[in-house]
Amino acid sequence: MSSAQDYLPLVIQGVVALGFVVSVLIVTHLLGPRVHSKKKDSNFECGIESEGNARFPVSVRYFLTAILFVLFDVEVIFFYPYAVNFKALELEGLLAVILFVAFFLIGFLYVLKKGALEWEK
Amino acid sequence: MDTGLLIEKTILVVVIFAITLFIATYQTYMERKVAAWLQDRVGPDRAGPFGILQPIADAGKMFFKEDFIPANADKWLFIMGPGIAMFTASMTGAVIPWGPPLEMFGRTVVLQVADINIGILFIMGFASIGVYGIMIGGWASNNKFSLFAAIRASSQMISYELAMGISIITLVLMSGSLSLGEIVQQQHGMNWNILYQPVAFIVFFICSIAECNRAPFDLAECESELIGGYHTEYGSMKLGFFLFAEYVNLFISSAVISALFFGGYNFPGMDHFSGNALAILGTAAFFAKIIFFIFVIMWIRWTLPRFRYDQLMHLGWKKLIPIAMINLLITAVVIGFNSGWFTKKSAKVKQTEKSVAMMPKAKVDAQANYKINFNN
Repeated sequence: MSSAQDYLPLVIQGVVALGFVVSVLIVTHLLGPRVHSKKKDSNFECGIESEGNARFPVSVRYFLTAILFVLFDVEVIFFYPYAVNFKALELEGLLAVILFVAFFLIGFLYVLKKGALEWEK
Repeated sequence: MDTGLLIEKTILVVVIFAITLFIATYQTYMERKVAAWLQDRVGPDRAGPFGILQPIADAGKMFFKEDFIPANADKWLFIMGPGIAMFTASMTGAVIPWGPPLEMFGRTVVLQVADINIGILFIMGFASIGVYGIMIGGWASNNKFSLFAAIRASSQMISYELAMGISIITLVLMSGSLSLGEIVQQQHGMNWNILYQPVAFIVFFICSIAECNRAPFDLAECESELIGGYHTEYGSMKLGFFLFAEYVNLFISSAVISALFFGGYNFPGMDHFSGNALAILGTAAFFAKIIFFIFVIMWIRWTLPRFRYDQLMHLGWKKLIPIAMINLLITAVVIGFNSGWFTKKSAKVKQTEKSVAMMPKAKVDAQANYKINFNN
């Protein structure tokens, strides 16, 4: 079993990683040359004049994918504690999980039937 | 935790971090050499013998380039994007068991920064946070190409995470633990998980290539459509961080694949060795496996053409998730069958019978009466 102490090295790892990231970002900021001009500071757009702003709405399908992900990922996360205790829960647990998977699959099939994951159209 | 252990862990963290960075740097060299070899070219050969100093020269060049921020970009988010990508990439190495324990200065050094009992979840979690680096970086640039790339990358990565999660669950069913250290220990010698779970391996392998945004899943940075993708506007080490994070992720996913499915530091005939010899050979075996998988992923990149976006989503949602799910169910049923849950009376039922048998007669009668009464 792991205790809170086992997580201490992770804090050290975090400090080392953060220190590396921040120091490199500062060093690279200080080292490089800096030349500003109106044209140079504008966004890149195939070499032609930049049109408008990039803060516009995108296809709703991406959001649909994200929502479906949240839904199914929560279901997947529920499996982890079950999988760890799988051998202790025996047949009863297995039957419960098969029921759970059935719900999962029914939801999944519904999403497929509704065409939520069709990208061609 | 005593001071000695703390110092030991700190040294271990720094050493592993340095090795990770070194390997990530030299992966760029390896990638160019592998690409050259597969395409019948020579590859980099100017800087030092066989061009061995090329990655150092590239990194040096990156530092001295202009630290460019577009005028209408969100300045702080623009800086944070690559920072998050690099930070999350360098955190994941902490839970991987790099080798058997090493005897050093009278101490037993465990070659793993933190053996936490949620090792796999830790890696999955940090891999998911890595999406934010790309998402924030791409959005903050205020460039249409970057925005498209960021959205593509995030929806691709979350789609493949599902199948990846399910394929890992199959392994957890077998091992009964989320700790990477324990999963690797269980694959002692040649008892590797790939022999039991080839389907889970294939699903996991495809998903980890997709999670790393590597070809053929590199829709987030396809040059022909999106110029440079989410790092179009980046320069200097900020661009370097994005590229670097990708290579660190490649290294870590190869390490996770080797640890989960190919026995990690275990190798056939390891029982003939012990102590430090075992530790060194085990670590060498682990790194050989990691480099092999890095090579395979590079080989795939230079062999297969890129997917179209709808094909990518089709593969992720309609193929890999059902396959992983069916594999999970079959594994669960087979393990249950081998444990005799379907044939014999299970231990739990036996336990209740036993307790009933041990009860005093009167109590059993009382219970029987109660049942009858209840039924009436």
